[in-house]
Amino acid sequence: MSIDAQSVLNETFVLNLGPQHPATHGVLRIKLTMDGEYIMDADPVIGYGHRMHEKMGENRTYAKFLPNTGRMDYVAALFNGHGYVGAVERLAGLVVPERAEYIRVITSELNRISSHLLWVGAFLVDLGGFTPLLYCFDDREQILDLLESVTGARLTFCYYRFGGVSNDIDDDFVAGTRKFIASLRSRMPMYDAFVTKNIIFRKRVEGLGAISAETCRKYGATGPVIRGSGVAYDVRKAEPYSVYSKFNFDVPVYTQCDCMARYLVRIAEMGESMRIIEQALDTLPAGPVMAEKVPRTLKPAKGDCYFNVESARGSFGVRVVSDGSENAYRLKLRSPCFSNMSLFRECSRGMLLPDALALLGSLDLVIPDIDR
Amino acid sequence: MKTIPLKAKFNEIAVCVEAAPLVLETAHATKGIDLDVTVPAGRVVEAARIMDEAQFMIEAITGVDWMADKQLEIVYDFTHVDSGERVAIRARVPRDTPELPTISDIYPGANWHERETHDFFGIIFTGHPELIPLLLPEDARFHPLRKDFKA
Repeated sequence: MSIDAQSVLNETFVLNLGPQHPATHGVLRIKLTMDGEYIMDADPVIGYGHRMHEKMGENRTYAKFLPNTGRMDYVAALFNGHGYVGAVERLAGLVVPERAEYIRVITSELNRISSHLLWVGAFLVDLGGFTPLLYCFDDREQILDLLESVTGARLTFCYYRFGGVSNDIDDDFVAGTRKFIASLRSRMPMYDAFVTKNIIFRKRVEGLGAISAETCRKYGATGPVIRGSGVAYDVRKAEPYSVYSKFNFDVPVYTQCDCMARYLVRIAEMGESMRIIEQALDTLPAGPVMAEKVPRTLKPAKGDCYFNVESARGSFGVRVVSDGSENAYRLKLRSPCFSNMSLFRECSRGMLLPDALALLGSLDLVIPDIDR
Repeated sequence: MKTIPLKAKFNEIAVCVEAAPLVLETAHATKGIDLDVTVPAGRVVEAARIMDEAQFMIEAITGVDWMADKQLEIVYDFTHVDSGERVAIRARVPRDTPELPTISDIYPGANWHERETHDFFGIIFTGHPELIPLLLPEDARFHPLRKDFKA
């Protein structure tokens, strides 16, 4: 094939990002069509970690699927569990004791803070700043210790049960959580001074990676991504589940639509999560943590229902279809990362490669959650 | 309520059972959705357009294999970001010729959801720009969520 002058001018080449690449935080491959340093097209190739959780949900009983929920979005595993037990409880008509709902809120919000802390650290590593990761891990470690003391696990939690939680929290947990909140609050000005106000960081991410509210709507992007685009959509407010309606908290929204906005949303959300936890600890009711008379093998009546929770990454939804037997007839897991990832192709077009990696980082993707 | 004015629009395109269109208001507290609409497979594009005009966000697309009825059901979930209301649009196709039009030109986010549904159920979304395996291996010729696929 002869190379004429025209094709030299329009020369593009294909660059393979991943499946093993530090910036993809998991086994994600992106086929990039590049014009020099600029991205002409970015085609994500996913599915390397696909385990067909939805089929597993169909060929085992409802309770036996519980451990699977901790292995999708393992950075914020409690939310997956919450979505699943919430859907089954809604279908089976189970009423959860109030204390159990409070414990769910406290542990979920702790998980949200730990997820956001990990994200801040990993995002800054993507941008070339290594040190903050160590501080984030230092703070996150305390949450993992607290959650380990009640759930028995540090990452792949399986703590929620149909009708409650498996373990009650004790005074040590309550005191430890209060101590942690005080300690994280005292650290937030440090993050603010060294990261949020850092001129190198700001010049890097401000005005970068624009995602409009309309794009979010067309792709179904939720969580900090849509809230960084000026839309105050939060499942905790839009369809208050559990006992979230009892607490005062704000939904942080930034309208700049850039990577900085998504960063600021997550930083502000950590503060709101701490507010929720404090209120929940102050008003924690006494009582049982499991509903009475939950059958050993659940057999919800025929029908289907949908249940959503606000995970650390967006709206996690579960649709359960029951045929009256002890296994689900169909279990759909709607992962927030799947929808958030799908807009990358459109939004990265024309960007510089290093900038697109910043955009990818700002979406806060957990690849096994996309692959399921 | 954003869903009330939509009912009239859906009544025109929905499947009718004994002259009553399958446009059902459901209780959010027990079902998780506010409006449950069943349309003929050929009219999902019109249904998606109604959702788009009402500024709904696409939530997910999935399937259910009703093997005993020899049918596959496709469920489209939509959410409104202001009111938190949810609409589920359902359509059924025969199990041996599962074809219906794509809505990915209205909602680009449907592209991946339709590819996933094609992976899992073998449903063909006609007009889809690249209906190739998304989560399954690129040479996969099986559809694991069909009830006759034994894992």
